[in-house]
Amino acid sequence: MKSNAKPILVIGGGIAGMTAAVEAAEVGYDVILVEKEAYLGGRVVQMNRYFPKMCPPSCGFEINVRRIRQNPRITVYTLSDVEEISGQAGDFKAVLRVKPKYLTGKYPVDVSVVEKLTGERNNDFNYGMDRTKGLYFPHDMAYPHGYVIDRETLSDTDAGVLQGSMPDDAIDWEMTDEKIKVKIGAVIIAAGWKPFDATKLDTLGYGQYQNVVTNVMMERMASNNGPTGGEITRPSDGRKAMNVAFVQCAGSRDENHLPYCSAVCCMASLKQARYLRDKNENSKTTVFYIDIRTIGRLEKFYYDMLDDANISFVKGKVAAISENPDSKNLILDVEDTITRENNHPEFELVVLATGMAPNSINIKFPSELLLNDYGFIEGATNIEGIYSAGCSKHPCDVSSTTKDATAAALKAIQCLIGGEE
Amino acid sequence: MEEKIGVFICTGYGIGEAIDIEALSKVATEEYSVPYCRTVRSCEKSDLNIIVEDIEKEELSKVLIAGISPRRYEEDVFPGDVIVEKLGLREHVVWSQPPNEEDTQMLAEDYIRMYLTKLQKFEPPEPFQPEETLNKSILVVGGGVTGLTAALEAAKTGYDVRLIDKSEKLGGWLSKQYRSIPSKPPFRDLEDNGIDALIKEVDEHPLIKVYRSAAAARIEGAPGLFDVSLKSTKNGKTEGEPLDTFRVGSIIQATGWKPKEPRENLSYGKIPDVIRNIELEEMVKENGKIVRPSDGKEVKSIAFIQCGGSIDKKHHSYCSSICCLNALKQAMYLREQDDNAKAYIFYEFIRTPGFYEDFYRKAQEEPGIFFTKGEITGVKNENGGKLLVSALNTMPGDNIEVEVDLVVLAAGMIPNSADGEAIRALEDAKITAEKGETDVQRDAAKEKIAKLEEHEGTEILNLGYRQGPDLPTLEYGFPDSHFICFPYESRRTGIYPAGSVRQPMDSLSSKEDAAGAALKAIQCVEMTDRGEAVHPRAGDKSYPDFFMQRCTQCKRCTEECPFGVLNEDEKGTPLLSATRCRRCGVCMGACPERIVSFKDFSVNMIASMIKAVNVPDEFEEKPRILALLCENDAFPALDLAGQHGLQYSPFVRVIPVRCLGSVNSIWISEAISTGFDGIILIGCKYGDDYQCHFCKGSELAFARGDNIREKLEQMQMENQRVELHELQISDYERIPEIFNSFAEMIEEIGMNPFKGM
Repeated sequence: MKSNAKPILVIGGGIAGMTAAVEAAEVGYDVILVEKEAYLGGRVVQMNRYFPKMCPPSCGFEINVRRIRQNPRITVYTLSDVEEISGQAGDFKAVLRVKPKYLTGKYPVDVSVVEKLTGERNNDFNYGMDRTKGLYFPHDMAYPHGYVIDRETLSDTDAGVLQGSMPDDAIDWEMTDEKIKVKIGAVIIAAGWKPFDATKLDTLGYGQYQNVVTNVMMERMASNNGPTGGEITRPSDGRKAMNVAFVQCAGSRDENHLPYCSAVCCMASLKQARYLRDKNENSKTTVFYIDIRTIGRLEKFYYDMLDDANISFVKGKVAAISENPDSKNLILDVEDTITRENNHPEFELVVLATGMAPNSINIKFPSELLLNDYGFIEGATNIEGIYSAGCSKHPCDVSSTTKDATAAALKAIQCLIGGEE
Repeated sequence: MEEKIGVFICTGYGIGEAIDIEALSKVATEEYSVPYCRTVRSCEKSDLNIIVEDIEKEELSKVLIAGISPRRYEEDVFPGDVIVEKLGLREHVVWSQPPNEEDTQMLAEDYIRMYLTKLQKFEPPEPFQPEETLNKSILVVGGGVTGLTAALEAAKTGYDVRLIDKSEKLGGWLSKQYRSIPSKPPFRDLEDNGIDALIKEVDEHPLIKVYRSAAAARIEGAPGLFDVSLKSTKNGKTEGEPLDTFRVGSIIQATGWKPKEPRENLSYGKIPDVIRNIELEEMVKENGKIVRPSDGKEVKSIAFIQCGGSIDKKHHSYCSSICCLNALKQAMYLREQDDNAKAYIFYEFIRTPGFYEDFYRKAQEEPGIFFTKGEITGVKNENGGKLLVSALNTMPGDNIEVEVDLVVLAAGMIPNSADGEAIRALEDAKITAEKGETDVQRDAAKEKIAKLEEHEGTEILNLGYRQGPDLPTLEYGFPDSHFICFPYESRRTGIYPAGSVRQPMDSLSSKEDAAGAALKAIQCVEMTDRGEAVHPRAGDKSYPDFFMQRCTQCKRCTEECPFGVLNEDEKGTPLLSATRCRRCGVCMGACPERIVSFKDFSVNMIASMIKAVNVPDEFEEKPRILALLCENDAFPALDLAGQHGLQYSPFVRVIPVRCLGSVNSIWISEAISTGFDGIILIGCKYGDDYQCHFCKGSELAFARGDNIREKLEQMQMENQRVELHELQISDYERIPEIFNSFAEMIEEIGMNPFKGM
């Protein structure tokens, strides 16, 4: 333990960043955690369940939030990003940009005002499947726990209504970006991932046919607090989806798109097939795959599913999807790799198991930060004192992410110690 | 500081409009004679500052803020020496009840009574500080890639490390590898295994002391205070020669894996030219080439049979993660040896996650490496020459046969762990088999011995723990406890499994795992040194206090503690190792004599909160229901129910507890004698896929619930008056149904007959 060590800057407040922050802080080091959204938790809080235990992410998230909330060593900046990092290992300087929150935090928000607002925005939390007003509550478990203003969505009338509902000093429209300069000793990049843009898969009909959805959308549909209230339905008519296809490697393992394997999509689809079996009685599911990659003890999850007669597995890559214009059902063009037959099965809903693309990082570093061919960053980056963790480093599941983040926390601590001597 | 309580009642968030604040204040000032009580507009920043100012001005030592849920405060702005209790009037009263009703007001007033009582009973915890200095060095058990890396990472962070390995040579499986799979871009090229450099670095590091041919003979103690005695080993087996004794603060178990015997139909052990991947690796490493064991001839063709011992449901139902990568690598060895050689890889699925896909792509580009999905039906060697491999359902055809020189089976990986609980159970059964009082007992014990025999002599850590000498294990023998969210956690505080002992992994992943485990081991010694609990109640400074004069040596606490915290003396008296404790309170829930308590959480405190409730007499027809909720899942779910405006019975009085396992059955009797009509207990999911952060807490509560219901029957009461539920945070929508249907049931069976007696 070294006292007076400079803080560790953690970029990204998803499960990787949260884990790195609490693990380092509990050893006894200061941490600055910077998150671009209004809340911590990143992609995991958008998940309905974790595989293979089918447990809700909120369970572990709750513990992590408690650890952050009660630990004075962690300073959290939400709606913020890092603009610039200069200096060297053990002695960096960083410039943070904190976006205006407009709410001064002096008074509670009058919840009833939300209904009176007119401007609307796409709800990114639900992958655009529903809309919110310009004053919104990001999600049930949001930490920090408060309403968020999206100034661009509020009309001038909305702004007036909002202002009128609270004391004068509750809102400050003059607020602008705040620049904060901090001295730090080490950096952990945990910027996470985004779903591969499925519209690039032009033969698979995403964005063209309503009933072609992605796996991340399925997570929100299956969530009780999601856009469909936990019902897995067809976007075209709201009917329960009873015959569903999962198209694996939608973008992944494809040299034209993501040449790597995204590591989680097989388990994600199997998990979602379970949602369907649990929620839509007698529903049928077919998984079209190249390889089922249920590694380690995840294998049992797959094996147990083989006993379910309503779930079938077909080895074959889906070449194209077309729509029956009347029923809005989808017709797949797929070759069964074992039988060599070309088949054209029809489904009510198709879920594309889209892969993970790394979030891009827009930070000025002391020297150029090297990315690999696919946009990910080596754990020990080319810049001493800067480390990456979780899906900034490689596509991986929650368990690998937390492991990575814990390891990155140690590397950062080693750097702080080195920097002091 | 003299005790002076202050109450702050928040009127914002609609609280002031739904509740008679003046009447609520009177409960504090008149019933409880609280010297300072005022209202605040909100629980937001500016109002919290007002509270802080008042605390200083009025010299308050204990404060109750009746406003938003305790989980909704973003940061702690209050002075450290002041005890601040937060009551969620907003979530638990105003948002879940109709405004300005008599029952709503009664609920709010009862909560004021309960929380003021809690404050009165609350004592500030003092961190545990033993007389001896706590040790901060780290023991690493196992000198493979994981152990070596863990030792080095901890030493690089400035901590003393002792590394032990049972064999003469360090390096484990990795040192037996000819080449390693790629660990860096472009993920196409085989690499040197790097183990010699790693061993050298460890050997030369001034903070690391290495013990070769050594095993733990005994590890006594607790985090910060582990006393380790080593014994020597020979050829990996214990010789029993004492080597050294020393003290460490925490332990990393990096004991790796062992190969599983392949499936029978693959003729391993019967045909000499059917070998396992590990044997091929050693052959290439030693001889530089691949030859047939039977006749020493150079191999021109190999059939690699994947999942040779892994993912067969009956045989070994998990995937060993790295066998596909190894097969690709070994196929490349063959191709390097002979440009015309052929490798046939029979797989169920090729598993090359992440960037390893590039490695797979390279193997696919290689002429002479053939891949097919297929089920192997047999391996034959009829004429003593080539082997005939037959397979079903392959991509080239339904039923094919391939002639090869050598067959290589992917060996499944089994963790080198020991099931501490099973070992202990075996020991107990042996004693009972010999000294049991009745034939029935002795026979049952003998049956148990037969079942547990495989655990005989499997000890690794040799912990001096009452609950057994090693980490308890989950399915397949992995010794971790929460592998998704908190992968390093185990059920023995300060002992962290890492590498392939906790799940099969490649060497790159093992190194990462080692660094993470090193952090956890360091974190444990630092938190222990500060007198704080580790995960999940990280930072908690309370610890259980045992009032030994009243102990009856019933052993419930020593048997039930999920973390094996308590040892016993010969009489069965519990011996507390405070730094092992996770502060869940399961011991407190277990104790029939109620001798266990924490300064800030005790049997007496909760019992007093229960008794503080004003129970209307039976003619008012207002039942009272006590709900004890796990604070980790069920209590946050209650917040969410409020947040969503879900309405439920106003007759329920909720008390959060550390874990449902901390519920002492006396609280049930207290509730009944206070006049409560029923009790609901809500905890986390238990069983194989448990979500309980304390692993066994919820399960124990459910087991105790059965006993409680039996007791109710003995008291001539309906056993439905106690109900238990499992609930996840995301199931918050179920709360109204649970509360309301319970209230309806109480209405049907009638009021508690002991009410008012």
